[in-house]
Amino acid sequence: MTAALLPFFIGIPFVSAGLLSIFGNRPALHVGLLMANLVGSMVAGFALVAHFTGSGPMAHGVALWPFGIAIPFAADMFTALMLSVTGLLSVTCAVFALYSGYATSQYLAPLLLVLVAGVNGALLTADLFNLFVFVEVMLLPSYGLFVLASRAKAPFRQIAGARLYVTINLLTSTIFLGGVGFVYGTAGTVNMGELAGLAREDNTVAIATAVVLFALSIKASVVPVHGWLARAYPSTSPAITALFSGLHTKVAIYAIYRIYAVVFDGDSRFLWVGVLLFSLTMIIGVLGAVGETTTRSILAFHMVSQIGYILLGVALFTEFGLTAGIFYLLHHMIVKASLFLSTGAIEIKYGTGTLGRVPEILKREPVIAVAFFVAALSLAGLPPFSGFVAKVSLIMASIQAQEVAAAVVMIVVSLFTVLSMIKIWSGVFWGGRTSKDQPEVEPGLPAGTNVGTLTRQQTEQLAQPTSRIGVGLAAPAVILAAVTLGLGLGAEMLMGLSQTAAAGLLDTSSYVNAVMNS
Amino acid sequence: MTIAITIGILVAGATYLFLQREMLRIILGFILLGHAGNLILIAAGGTDRREEPFGTPVDTSVVADPLPQAFVLTAIVIAFSITIFMLVLAVTGKDDDDTTEPHGDDDDPEFNVSTLPKGIIQPEDVTTQSLNMGLTDHGGSSRLDTTAQAAAPSAQQQGGAR
Repeated sequence: MTAALLPFFIGIPFVSAGLLSIFGNRPALHVGLLMANLVGSMVAGFALVAHFTGSGPMAHGVALWPFGIAIPFAADMFTALMLSVTGLLSVTCAVFALYSGYATSQYLAPLLLVLVAGVNGALLTADLFNLFVFVEVMLLPSYGLFVLASRAKAPFRQIAGARLYVTINLLTSTIFLGGVGFVYGTAGTVNMGELAGLAREDNTVAIATAVVLFALSIKASVVPVHGWLARAYPSTSPAITALFSGLHTKVAIYAIYRIYAVVFDGDSRFLWVGVLLFSLTMIIGVLGAVGETTTRSILAFHMVSQIGYILLGVALFTEFGLTAGIFYLLHHMIVKASLFLSTGAIEIKYGTGTLGRVPEILKREPVIAVAFFVAALSLAGLPPFSGFVAKVSLIMASIQAQEVAAAVVMIVVSLFTVLSMIKIWSGVFWGGRTSKDQPEVEPGLPAGTNVGTLTRQQTEQLAQPTSRIGVGLAAPAVILAAVTLGLGLGAEMLMGLSQTAAAGLLDTSSYVNAVMNS
Repeated sequence: MTIAITIGILVAGATYLFLQREMLRIILGFILLGHAGNLILIAAGGTDRREEPFGTPVDTSVVADPLPQAFVLTAIVIAFSITIFMLVLAVTGKDDDDTTEPHGDDDDPEFNVSTLPKGIIQPEDVTTQSLNMGLTDHGGSSRLDTTAQAAAPSAQQQGGAR
């Protein structure tokens, strides 16, 4: 595989999206081309991973302009792993969205394709301004999907969520843009190859890059700028929540890892800030989840907590810490999407995700229950799932780096994670609606239904379907749960790949050389 | 220096507008902030030591840097498209006050109007609020979230002012 093929990760989805918009409403063509693209992107990601097991990073100057004028696309093991997992998530979430009935619009496929192109571009680019552009390319279709993915006319609360989501993202992007401007003003370049190590040598560049990192932290929802995520994510459809949870915040995390490794060269002067903030993120996220009463808002707060774990890897900046962080990132993307998809399937079928408002799921939907159980235990970090390996290695890495406080925080937060998972388990899978409390509380409003037009009787009927969750809705969650079990049992392989990726972040010279020679 | 002062004024104006209640004002704030961002990019090109690229011969070290201008062009297009999208969102809801909606799916099921203290919220305001949220057709008891509760008194004041 040559570096010249890298731009196709972005080009092919773009062209497909354009074609589908032109051809209009042909559902079979839309589904076919969408799935071909997503599966193709995932397979290409796997191929890149296989390629990088034997060779070093590669880069390509787009349109063959000389270095300094061309925008370089670069890939190494970290990029390849991210491309594979984002590919896997977009495939499963697209299947879920197609089966959920939430997305019958002819614009779903084009928007998803542009989204995937944006994500791939943000992962591949080695240019800060280009990163800004690709993040925007990723966000613009997301705004559309946020509003689009509803069953009927979007209810009012979806508008509220969309407003919050758009405004916070535009504010963040503007800060990011300002940061890129400062970087250009102080360093005279926005090329990652030329920026390498500059923040370590020059304090003004360090401040300018810190503005960029701050903007990325908002996008990744690090405490104290985490509040938007738990409010915006639960207000779209379950499939889109799962997709966004897997892609958007994780692209920001990837960029934080990459920029801190390349531009700051892992500068140890600022690591304590990360350790402090990310430990706080873990604690506040998990405590926020305790007070929530719907499955998706609990899971959204957990995401905040888990982001603390993932980013702790970069705050340690040892080889072991980075390896554990990258492993955690990949594991988390899969597990979180699985949880959102299994609870989302219940929410779609039974009309609500509120704890205690659904019939006893364990008896009715054993497959979904098992998928949720596996993913929940994996999230909490119990063996033999991937979460156990991720957590144990991260805790050991922080002890090795003499950050014992962070290790203690991680263990305590794990206990609270188990608590929240038990809460969902007992409220949704064991518990269930008893006839006694029904007259007292209102029935849960079906997600995505126009609340204004429903009578109480209708919501009752919607909330008690006679059929069960179909294969199409159940399969994505089950597949991802199986992947986490597989990664737990065969952790050695992914750990080895993460180690290669971490080595690439610790010693960026080969990445930088590849970019400089593109 | 002129650019720095202009950026400061723009950011101050944007911050003021962000603190307003209406979505439309927030959008206007974003337009100001976008301009501030663009000016930062232009300033990053070294406007203090570079001049217009007029006349011959042209020495590339003293004429304007084209790269920040390309950045600004891209940023303008992106900000413009998102502004249009936000304007659509502003007119899609039933009123453009972005603080009165319920913020989640049944966040507080037990909370309904009958439990509200009389002093905090008046019955007629409750009706208006619920109408705005499209919730009145739904069963006998209207339901409000805590954000609506917080927003209600000020909405009342606004109504009085009008």
